[in-house]
Amino acid sequence: MNIDSIKNGIVIDHIAAGLGMKLYFLLGLDSLDCSVAIIKNAPSSKMGKKDIIKIDSCTSVNFDVIGYVDPHATVNIIKDSKLAEKKTIAMPETLTNVIKCKNPRCITSVEQELPHIFKLTDRQEKIYRCAYCETKIN
Amino acid sequence: MKNVINIMDLSVDEIEQLIHCADDIIDNPVKYQDACRHKILATLFFEPSTRTRLSFESAMLSLGGNVLGFSEASSSSASKGESVADTISVVSGYADIIAMRHPKEGAPLVASMHSAVPIINAGDGGHYHPTQTLTDLLTIHHEKGHFDNLTIGLCGDLKFGRTVHSLIGAMSRYPGVKFVLISPEELKLPSFVKQEYIKPRGIEYRQSTSLEDVIGDLDILYMTRVQKERFFNEEDYLRLKDSYILTEDKMKLARNDMCILHPLPRVNEISVAIDSDPRACYFRQAHYGRYVRMALIMKLLGVKV
Repeated sequence: MNIDSIKNGIVIDHIAAGLGMKLYFLLGLDSLDCSVAIIKNAPSSKMGKKDIIKIDSCTSVNFDVIGYVDPHATVNIIKDSKLAEKKTIAMPETLTNVIKCKNPRCITSVEQELPHIFKLTDRQEKIYRCAYCETKIN
Repeated sequence: MKNVINIMDLSVDEIEQLIHCADDIIDNPVKYQDACRHKILATLFFEPSTRTRLSFESAMLSLGGNVLGFSEASSSSASKGESVADTISVVSGYADIIAMRHPKEGAPLVASMHSAVPIINAGDGGHYHPTQTLTDLLTIHHEKGHFDNLTIGLCGDLKFGRTVHSLIGAMSRYPGVKFVLISPEELKLPSFVKQEYIKPRGIEYRQSTSLEDVIGDLDILYMTRVQKERFFNEEDYLRLKDSYILTEDKMKLARNDMCILHPLPRVNEISVAIDSDPRACYFRQAHYGRYVRMALIMKLLGVKV
């Protein structure tokens, strides 16, 4: 399957197979007007299978979201059909307004204007907890 | 400015200082009777409470200070939809220190982000209740004389029991402590409490569904109530509420120097026949709460006597 290469935009590569759609929605790419391609289960010599997202626009993306979904993903910034920059992704210490706390006892369940903040509490196990009620993200 | 949202906000040294101060207050109450003169404590209780609110108010009045506040959300602006942040922004201009109880977890943390004065968490849902833990610690200190090498049994609702989680956190910092976790399957201690406090420190613990099987091994038995307000489903509450009832027969299996603690209120989980047993410490425990809260208020206000 061929997807045209992009002239100016962003390629998020080496996404663990199956996480592409989650990343697509959490990055809010569904609200973009430009072309966005999601390639699922692309063959990869290192990973076996991987997902790739290509965004045909020089829009900005939230690298914290990428780091949260898959810190092993790579981000390539393309300008004039050339690789202009390769971004390093890391798991963010704090995630703000990316996901919502689902604990019905959390203060964020009744105070809608509060920012939804999650903190990385275990880097090895990749555990984020709500900053208010400490509920773990499932 | 320091807030106390979680017992772990206080170091072992700070807890020792508070206990030392509370001891001195017990021995010399007159020395402290004007320690907080002209200071105001606001007790903001968005959820009903008798003991904790009265204990805070008694503590501040015993220090010569004043108290204002409300005892349920319906008598505050929260009933009109005011946010915690707005309430605190206003009240912190009226008081020097705030003790706050709220049914939602994390509400006191939100308060601390918007307050110009120290915030004490007086209980946030099933989350934390640090001054109850200070009360428990002062009781253990008085009844046992030390914190190390104790075997502590925690019985009842270990899932939603915030006092249990906080006590485990606080006691896990002392050497040689062991925990025995006694609960029905549905109310077992959440794994995050074990992950955070018990496992990283390599603390010995075991779980049991039978109080009779383990009561003879305990130095402390911390009983808890199965709290109706923590359940969304009344059927589950009714099924579990009578899981463990401490009776005279069970007490015959316990050591002569075992201490029974309970954060109160009790419903029926401790038979009233046990109240006269010298091992029943729960009413003394409630009284200690006043002294340790006096020590905490003084510490957070920076008052020295």
